[in-house]
Amino acid sequence: MAASTEPWINFDVGLLIDRFWANTVNGLAYGSIYALVALGYTLVYGVLQLINFAHSEIFILGVFGVYLTFLALGFEPGAIPDLPLGFIIVDLVLAGLVGMAVSGFAAVLLERTAYRPLRRRNAPRLAFLITAIGASFVLQQVIRIWRGSNPEGTIRLLPPSPVFTIFGAPVTNLQIIIFLASLAMFFVADTFVNRSRLGRGIRAVAQDPNTATLMGVNRERVITITFLVGGVLAGVAGLFYLMTIPQGAVYNGGFLLGIKAFTAAVLGGIGNLRGALLGGLILGVAENYGQSLFGGDWRDIVAFVLLVVVLMFRPTGILGESLARSRA
Amino acid sequence: MIRRRLAAAGALVAAVALVLSGCANQGGGQQQGGGPQAGAPSQPTDAVLPAGDGQGRCAPGTSIAYTGTIAGQNAALGIAIVNAVQLAVDQHNAANPNCQVTLVRADTGGTPDTAVGPVTAVINNPQVLGIVGLPFSGESRAVGPALNAAGLVNITPSATNPALSTNGWTNFFRGLGNDAVQGPAIARYIQQRLNAQNVCVIKDDSDYGIGLAQQVTQALGPAATCQADVRTNQREFSAVIGQVQQANPQAIFYSGYYQEASPLVQQLRDAGVQTPFIGPDGVKDEQFVVNAAGAADGALLSCPCVPQEGFTDFTNAYRQAFGVPPQTYSAEGYDATTILLQGIDRGAADRAALLNFVRSYNGQGLTKRFQWSPTGELTQTPVYMYRVQGNQIVTDSQI
Repeated sequence: MAASTEPWINFDVGLLIDRFWANTVNGLAYGSIYALVALGYTLVYGVLQLINFAHSEIFILGVFGVYLTFLALGFEPGAIPDLPLGFIIVDLVLAGLVGMAVSGFAAVLLERTAYRPLRRRNAPRLAFLITAIGASFVLQQVIRIWRGSNPEGTIRLLPPSPVFTIFGAPVTNLQIIIFLASLAMFFVADTFVNRSRLGRGIRAVAQDPNTATLMGVNRERVITITFLVGGVLAGVAGLFYLMTIPQGAVYNGGFLLGIKAFTAAVLGGIGNLRGALLGGLILGVAENYGQSLFGGDWRDIVAFVLLVVVLMFRPTGILGESLARSRA
Repeated sequence: MIRRRLAAAGALVAAVALVLSGCANQGGGQQQGGGPQAGAPSQPTDAVLPAGDGQGRCAPGTSIAYTGTIAGQNAALGIAIVNAVQLAVDQHNAANPNCQVTLVRADTGGTPDTAVGPVTAVINNPQVLGIVGLPFSGESRAVGPALNAAGLVNITPSATNPALSTNGWTNFFRGLGNDAVQGPAIARYIQQRLNAQNVCVIKDDSDYGIGLAQQVTQALGPAATCQADVRTNQREFSAVIGQVQQANPQAIFYSGYYQEASPLVQQLRDAGVQTPFIGPDGVKDEQFVVNAAGAADGALLSCPCVPQEGFTDFTNAYRQAFGVPPQTYSAEGYDATTILLQGIDRGAADRAALLNFVRSYNGQGLTKRFQWSPTGELTQTPVYMYRVQGNQIVTDSQI
């Protein structure tokens, strides 16, 4: 148990105030990774009312895709290469594309092999949920057998360096890239769902699958595209995650982040793209505030208490659920 | 409505899963390379070795078991031990044609919640007379009562939580100094050698991390000016680092395992905190150095393990068998196995006899002299400080 000199919970308002801006900056950057992963949960939920618990492994597969691309490009664990910025950007983009492809492909494959057969047999929802959890374990163990249980050696192409400060809180190049790129990815996804023809199909299936089918929407195709988009976003998240946490490529590394991202999706309103973004960012900063205020061992508890409190007053999350009704 | 309920059920599953994962994972890890260094002892001339006198006789099928992490979290530590156990058994069997001992490998996954099943299987295997393990404190506490009830002798090569020997278990033996020895030694080093009077103690949420942090904090007294906590599997530490920056300490002690320590030390250095970083045996692993990249350079790592580079016969045989140098607690695992094999060679044919043999054992091993108190603590408990130099963990000094 804790040392007798140490209280079981802190209430350090001074630290919270002192660290407010730093916590906000760090929380927004890390929260945007939550948000990108949360989008995958929310998209699938919107269309299938399925909580795809295996999405955390789709994410970690993307992380491995990025990592293995680094290896294939000739980078070695340990030393930080001293390359011109242009090369680094090209390498990062390349690795990100591979990560997107790996995650997207894995998500579609998962849908085909695990969920579609269940749908054919009109399985109850519970069967989907349990299959999702099972698929999560299977993928995790496959990665473990393949790559071992130790984290991959650190390869970091772009070390963080402060660019400017906000009220004394340093903002690093990495954080700016991740935050802005995540926002951009969100807008692409949001525009895709709300403006494109395929997106209209997704919304139609989310609203009423039977009627949508009668109106000529190919439901299976919509489902495939939904998984693909969710997977691709997870691949982007994988790149940003590995840039932030170079030790992140480990077989069970997606588990905790996946649960947090799922929490973010529910917090913002599952099934709602904007809710996923908002939920991710809120969760990112709330975790940091909570740690400063109550102590680091309260990190996860803060996230879930926040979820419980929000659901008590807004049972469908902050922005409400439903992909179909989230039209601008 | 169904959607909402499903989402709520999902949140519940997620919360339960998170709590379970939080309970997971305790231990210590490590490794060293390179040739002999200052402070590393050489092989004692009277050390008892697994081969014994070659006159051992035992029934066919006689077994001992390694129970501990092999593929679970912080697996590097478990592999370092099980390899050494295997080496000892192989050397014994080669030298004793009339006593062929089988090694049973039981992978506990390294966590209290996954250890029970494999350990029960070992208990139910009547041919297993003794156990080397368990390596981690949390899992040791979880399965200790069952092992004690089975009267199955177990020698842990690395679990250091002091409370393990206070449960009245008559079959528990610790092959190294516990954290009540390591903790004050670390505190002394920080205060006297580093001259730091303002120390941040950061701990994880494992039995091991919490117990050791308490020992160090107590020994530091008023010098332990800030306390911070991290969670198992946490990878993003900006809030904790903020707390450290605010306290502006002269030294940081991290009480936990390498999986969290490597991102933590990297993020500390990235944030511009250049304060000396001290970790315990749970961080002393090559994985720490590899994963922290350059950020681990200069970190100090304490360990109740004895430097192995001077035990050249052992290190050469290990390297030949497994292609890598022995790592943290390999020699301790080798010594523990030797003791069990000695008992079997001397005619201990059931669990009770082997337990009695270990209880009254008094002999020299590679790492130290082994003789236990009634609670299973050693009388000799050396603690060493190691240092990360470039990409290697080198011996600093005995502390």
